[in-house]
Amino acid sequence: MTIIRFLKTIFLMEFIVGLWMAVKEMFRAKKTINYPHEKGSLSPRFRGEHALRRYPSGEERCIACKLCEAVCPAQAITIESTERDDGSRKTTRYDIDMLKCIYCGLCQESCPVDAIVQGPNFEFATETREELYYNKEKLLDNGDRWEEVLAKNIRLDKPYR
Amino acid sequence: MELITNMEYITILSSELYKIAFILVPVLVSVALAVWLDRRIWGAVQKRKGPNVVGPFGLLQTVADALKYIFKEIIIPASSDKTIFILAPVVTMTLALVAWAVIPFSNELVLADINVGILYLFAVSSLGVYGIIMGGWASNSKYPFLGAIRSAAQMVSYEVSIGIIIINVLLCVGSLNLRDIVNAQQDLWYVIPLFPMFVIFFISALAETNRPPFDLPEAEAELVSGYQTEYSGMMYAMFWLGEYANILLMCAMGSILFLGGWLPPLDVYPMNIIPAPVWMILKILFMFFLFALVKAIVPRYRYDQLMRLGWKIFLPFSLFYVVLTASFLFYFDKLPTKLF
Repeated sequence: MTIIRFLKTIFLMEFIVGLWMAVKEMFRAKKTINYPHEKGSLSPRFRGEHALRRYPSGEERCIACKLCEAVCPAQAITIESTERDDGSRKTTRYDIDMLKCIYCGLCQESCPVDAIVQGPNFEFATETREELYYNKEKLLDNGDRWEEVLAKNIRLDKPYR
Repeated sequence: MELITNMEYITILSSELYKIAFILVPVLVSVALAVWLDRRIWGAVQKRKGPNVVGPFGLLQTVADALKYIFKEIIIPASSDKTIFILAPVVTMTLALVAWAVIPFSNELVLADINVGILYLFAVSSLGVYGIIMGGWASNSKYPFLGAIRSAAQMVSYEVSIGIIIINVLLCVGSLNLRDIVNAQQDLWYVIPLFPMFVIFFISALAETNRPPFDLPEAEAELVSGYQTEYSGMMYAMFWLGEYANILLMCAMGSILFLGGWLPPLDVYPMNIIPAPVWMILKILFMFFLFALVKAIVPRYRYDQLMRLGWKIFLPFSLFYVVLTASFLFYFDKLPTKLF
């Protein structure tokens, strides 16, 4: 046993096997994708940029229950609300500090009306900090822009909730 | 002997200088390509693509990197020895390039055909350690200093075995001239009779150029980046270029000593019409390919293992092989005639 091991060491057997393996691996298919041009697939549960959704009628879903504000572990959400003329409660202010946010998805979990959701967009880097203090306008705008995908993702994830 | 006047000196300079450009420019370009090739091979082994965005196949990646380095600020630490700190990358780069003067690319194509070519090569590549020590010591910082100490010990240790390996080859050739060394391999490349020496030369060359698994002077995991830690901008890039120029030099040295330099593998029709420099470049590329593959597959040596390998295994074994080669040549009366 020791003699075999000695011979293996002398003739650099492991090294040669390693070299051969490296050469073989070189000709295998590459795992890399050319990121900005190709993109990997995302799960329906992917937790990216936030969005506030609307009903098909155009009415905001958010009822200002402030569950998301309460559950947010990073305390990134600030909500102020008022009573409208028709007696419904709606938000006057809905801010998310995207720099504080830890993208845990608890706001989406807690929302009783699927208003605040985390969409599939993760490419929202900015040049200044200020641009990442999202307000209600920006979040609703996100909701309008991504509605199709958001609705589809919620539908796909429904059976597992 | 007549004194050379200023005018004559300038005439000589102008008639010789362009030759230097003819060797330096291709070397610098191939260093840039070598960096790219290294990264591509490294990536390929790990099933990545490697740099493939800048220029065709990413060929211009090194140029882009170099441009970036040029525009970066050069930071000189306040507590450093400024003269030596600045001098260190210059020394590394100069020594790496100066050695190329004696590398023959064909029977005629050599800048300086000196009779002690291999000694010159060996001396200049040994001096390379000065650049690293100067850089590490002048930085006046602990990581570069540790890196420099390691590299001094490592390079000196492995130079010993490289020196003795060269003696093996010289015993067979009987000349220190690099052209003679290549021409002596007309019938048989020395890689066949001296195969164990070729392997040891290759491993020692890895250690000499601080490549993995012997990259202890840099050891980015423990020493940040070793002697390069305090360097930035173009000075860092010069260390980098010097390192790769040295790697290519070691590849060229290996192909001259063992792989028959510019000679084709067989002196038959389709092979011997390919021009000599092409064969030389192919052999350098082959050696470099091995260098790059090794980088991708091996983990770093521990320091005591490195020293043990150099002093307790390579040195006695190559010494033993010198005796073996000498006895063989003497017994079968094959000693090179030039000696006597």
